[in-house]
Amino acid sequence: MITFIPRVKVSKNWVIIAPILSIVFTIFFGLLIFTFLGYNPLETLYQIFVSPFSRIDRISDILVKACPLIIIGTGLMLCFKSNVWNIGAEGQFIMGALLAGFIALSFPNIETKFFLLITILAGFVGGALWAFIPAILKTKLNVNEILVSLMLVYVAMLFIDFIVRGPLRDPMSFGFPLSKPYPEGAIINKIPFPGIGFLGQLHYGILFVFLLVPISWIFVNKTLGGFKINVLGSAPQAAKFAGFKQNSITLTVLLLSGGLAGVAGVIEVSANIGQLQPEVSFGYGFTAIIVAFLGRLSPVGILFAGIIIATVKLGADNAQMTMGIPKVVTGLFEGILLFFLLTGETLQKYKIKWSEGK
Amino acid sequence: MLVKSGVLMAKKELEILLKATKINKSFGNFVANKDIDISIAKGQIHALLGENGAGKSTLVKIFYGVLQPDKGSIEINNQKVTITSPNVARKNGIGMVFQHFSLFPALTVAENILIALDKKIKFNKVVDEITKLSKEWELFVDPLKLVSELSVGEKQRVEIIRCLMQNPDLLIMDEPTSVLTPQEIKNLFKILKRLSSSGCSILYISHKLEEIIQLADKVTILKSGESIASIDARKTTTNFLAETMVGKKITELKKTIKSKSKNVAFEVKNLDKLKDHEFGISLTNINLKVNYGEILGVAGIAGNGQVELMEILSGEINCEDNNQILLDKLPIGKTYINERRKLGIETIPEERTFQATVPNLTLSENTFLTYFFKYNNTKNLISNLLNNPQNSIEESTKIIKNNDVRCPEINPLASQLSGGNLQKFILGRSLANNPKVAIFSQPTWGVDIGAATAIRQKLLDLSQNGKAVILISQDLEEIFELSDKVCVINEGVLSEIFDVRDITATDVGLLMGGKNKKNNKMERIK
Repeated sequence: MITFIPRVKVSKNWVIIAPILSIVFTIFFGLLIFTFLGYNPLETLYQIFVSPFSRIDRISDILVKACPLIIIGTGLMLCFKSNVWNIGAEGQFIMGALLAGFIALSFPNIETKFFLLITILAGFVGGALWAFIPAILKTKLNVNEILVSLMLVYVAMLFIDFIVRGPLRDPMSFGFPLSKPYPEGAIINKIPFPGIGFLGQLHYGILFVFLLVPISWIFVNKTLGGFKINVLGSAPQAAKFAGFKQNSITLTVLLLSGGLAGVAGVIEVSANIGQLQPEVSFGYGFTAIIVAFLGRLSPVGILFAGIIIATVKLGADNAQMTMGIPKVVTGLFEGILLFFLLTGETLQKYKIKWSEGK
Repeated sequence: MLVKSGVLMAKKELEILLKATKINKSFGNFVANKDIDISIAKGQIHALLGENGAGKSTLVKIFYGVLQPDKGSIEINNQKVTITSPNVARKNGIGMVFQHFSLFPALTVAENILIALDKKIKFNKVVDEITKLSKEWELFVDPLKLVSELSVGEKQRVEIIRCLMQNPDLLIMDEPTSVLTPQEIKNLFKILKRLSSSGCSILYISHKLEEIIQLADKVTILKSGESIASIDARKTTTNFLAETMVGKKITELKKTIKSKSKNVAFEVKNLDKLKDHEFGISLTNINLKVNYGEILGVAGIAGNGQVELMEILSGEINCEDNNQILLDKLPIGKTYINERRKLGIETIPEERTFQATVPNLTLSENTFLTYFFKYNNTKNLISNLLNNPQNSIEESTKIIKNNDVRCPEINPLASQLSGGNLQKFILGRSLANNPKVAIFSQPTWGVDIGAATAIRQKLLDLSQNGKAVILISQDLEEIFELSDKVCVINEGVLSEIFDVRDITATDVGLLMGGKNKKNNKMERIK
């Protein structure tokens, strides 16, 4: 039998060595697998790890890709810290994008960028409303939020599909399931750099991340609200004894995380797509769950985790485009990376003991 | 079964059944057992005494094969054995009754015993065997009853019968009396004495001194993982045992004669509360009253509704009617716990970690936990928004200093404190709020004697300073030592309140065993 024994003291050196070792192991197993499958192993590793950093516009693409992951992950952090298992961020992302899109398309001639404040707010409301369903079921009827939030993802996917094929379809789209393009006021622009121009797809939406990370850090570490979430997550009985209202905390974190997922949806569509289509998310809501945990449920950790995951995802895309390596293989590689990163983190905190017997 | 020759009795004390030498066991940096030597004679009742955390449980778990020693050897009947699992222990004639029973509530007594047997026997034969054993040893229990329908005492009997089925040479009992009424304890002792005179050795773990003097032949005292004395239990005194166990003189409680107030501080009227989950207890028609300057003791065996009562007295859960709880004659039944704190009602729940404190938070954060409202600044909204645990560092430092809370470092995590020190901190945190009414549940449960004495003294001081105290405790000695008035909770029903001078421990024991069920006529107790 294997038992995990908590280490008395976490060694400072290992905090640095463990992630490096994890990467070394990942590279080793990656080399093995790629060789075994008949791909040039070094070339593949180059595509996955190095090519995303090889040009400045590619680095900015990492940020663009990480942007929704970090925003959603931060919201999920609040849920997971308080033991509320919202795994339906994907659906909340879609509903946020949809509601904002509906508002945007209702004002086809608007040009002022102040309108973005309204669409982003609408995105927050859309996502929060979608999260309100599992929240109210959980707090009033004690229905498990995992199932409800997950199932609502599929409802949201079908709903946006229906909307862009029906009510919001652009009559000029030649039958494609697409809405009209957003008005100028609902578009998030790319950031122009003097003398360089645009850096890849880098857009103003990224500013929201730079605002969100410090605010959420202050919220978690320096306010009563963050303290309540922390206590509820680690000792629900103690939260009750302290007089914190469990239901209102549950409701709040679900609404906040739903809202943030919705905002991520707005930014993604307004900056990168510019109109509604059947598929607005590419699994961001699910990937963000990994980001939240990889970032150890801390705002700064999530910032880095988001960048790491975005890098590997882009690297995998590069490998697919240049070398024709199928997505399943790069997916496997991502799995190995996560496995070793999480193992390294666990072994920092626990010793493994093998004991005989049953 | 269990017919041992009478010759053994004569040789009692001479032949050694189990001998352990230099037993060592550590968990990480924590040394639980250090070079422990112990030898148990055949037919001897050998008590193992020590405070919580002294290493008693670790040692017996090694004997029963649940844990493996790091170093050291065990001999049974002069033969060296390695006890790798409870299975091996049973084959070597060792049986154990755990403090927390390991019975399946949904199965009958006979089924529970059947699945635990190493040999496979037919069901009917097991039933016969149980009936026979329970007659022989006066361990009365119906083999076909569901375990969930049994009382705690009966469950313990089932565990003992289960051990006896294996015909053991050594029976280990881990704190068996902590859940029993005085009457049940008496019965248990009778059985244990009979067992020992039939030749079965008993290793009896306890921290209750009276019991050991009454029951044991020999006593080995453990302190911080080491065996510090092994003496004849029949020729010692409780005082000597206590001082050896704690390693210092026990200070007596200081009681001054108090002027009692006739003013009712806190009152509960006709309170009913249905249980909110399957294993909960419903409270039925609770009535209680406590005056200023008085300690009201609520006795009762654990699991009879104390937790539920505490939830409703503290305000974690509200009453249906505001008038069901009165503070200074004002209704507060519908106020929540923090409003009651502001009104001067302080409660300490039974669960020290995870309820009264959060283990992975520091003491200052744990101070903030229940008093965050103290640091609210009504004038400045921004600073209110940033109201956080750092604001409570000054207060927690004061609590630590004033209550002699021994910390391994400045502002440690709650989990780094021992049970006694954590409880001193929790108590200090409540006292810092200067309560009018203090409601404490099992304040000294599982706490070492030194800390327990300090805590009891604080409770006395409170009442002597004119505060009202409600003490919910399963420790009868404590109840009688501290209380002015006594009542008993049994299956969610509270007895009437007696003056402590008008009632004996035996009467309270009867009430604890359920002699005041609602359908029976209340017995008069003189």
